[in-house]
Amino acid sequence: MRYIEPHGHMVSRTTDDYQAMALAGCAAICEPAFWAGFDRKSADGFHDYFCQLTQHEPKRAAKYGLPHYCWLCINPKESEDMALAADVLALIPQFIGAPTVLGIGEIGLNKNTRNEMKILEQHIELAVKHDQLILVHTPHLEDKRKGTRLITDVLKAHPGVRPERVIIDHVEEHTIAGVLDQGFWAGITLYPESKATPVRAVDMLENFASQRVWLNSACDWGHSDPIAVPKAAAEMRRRGHAAAAIDSLVYGNPVRFLSQSKNFQDPQALR
Amino acid sequence: MPDPHPLAGTPRRSRDQVADLHFMDARYKLLDLAAFLDRLERATGADDHRVRGLRQALPILLEGGDDRVAKILHLWSDPSLTPIEKADTKSASGVWPGLK
Repeated sequence: MRYIEPHGHMVSRTTDDYQAMALAGCAAICEPAFWAGFDRKSADGFHDYFCQLTQHEPKRAAKYGLPHYCWLCINPKESEDMALAADVLALIPQFIGAPTVLGIGEIGLNKNTRNEMKILEQHIELAVKHDQLILVHTPHLEDKRKGTRLITDVLKAHPGVRPERVIIDHVEEHTIAGVLDQGFWAGITLYPESKATPVRAVDMLENFASQRVWLNSACDWGHSDPIAVPKAAAEMRRRGHAAAAIDSLVYGNPVRFLSQSKNFQDPQALR
Repeated sequence: MPDPHPLAGTPRRSRDQVADLHFMDARYKLLDLAAFLDRLERATGADDHRVRGLRQALPILLEGGDDRVAKILHLWSDPSLTPIEKADTKSASGVWPGLK
């Protein structure tokens, strides 16, 4: 099988993970900018991180035959510090021209605060100004439903945002329909505990599968599984779904969304 | 649902087929939940909001319909729609603390 990992925080993963993903059929990896697990104290830390995402990590992935792309932003977990966020937002334009940048992400909300909302709006403005795709992180657990509503309301209110160029990630059973009904793409994140398991994800797909859904592992420095997407594909196979439908979902759908960025190349076309 | 994908639409399956695929998985998870509730019984103090939320969700398991997961997630969600002034934590607990 072949698949795209559209959301993996590879700077936090080992080379063994790259190898396992390549062996499982991964054809390309996309890495959104993320919280490091602690708050960075200055924009210099983000400058180095953006260099890591745009320069170093593609070389590390290439050793396993994997094209590596990235998204840029300051994560909502660090958006409460408005001065820091302003400095980081000012940095992003100098990296947007890098050949592996797909867009602005993963932006969004964490605890649904007023400051997070202001920084979200500034990220959206930046994406529209530079004609970039948008990847949105929705909040965790009890904050997800409210946060998803706040985020989609802000996006829909902006005249420059085209929903088909926005993916709302980490949807679950109570948020997926609203996201798709408004014309956005929806990402289902496969986590061992806190988001969707592969079994629940396949249930959601059987109920809501759209040409605008993708699966991702969002593997990072926490409890997560870098080969969760092929495990979900295995669950689809054992339920009797056709190989072509599975391929269309785990490969075709992400390729169609990501190909809206001029920097993304269909891995199939590269072979 | 707009733009349906070929994967959408549950293939015709009998309940036996579903049980053959997923019964053991559900069985061990139910026993783990029972063990968690037993462990709480042996512990001291009152239930916090997370455990209260979990107990409130249990009756939903016995309701009809095929949307139990969504119902439980809605039950545990913050029902408000206004941004908060400032957060006192970065993390979420799993159940909205205001749940009565």
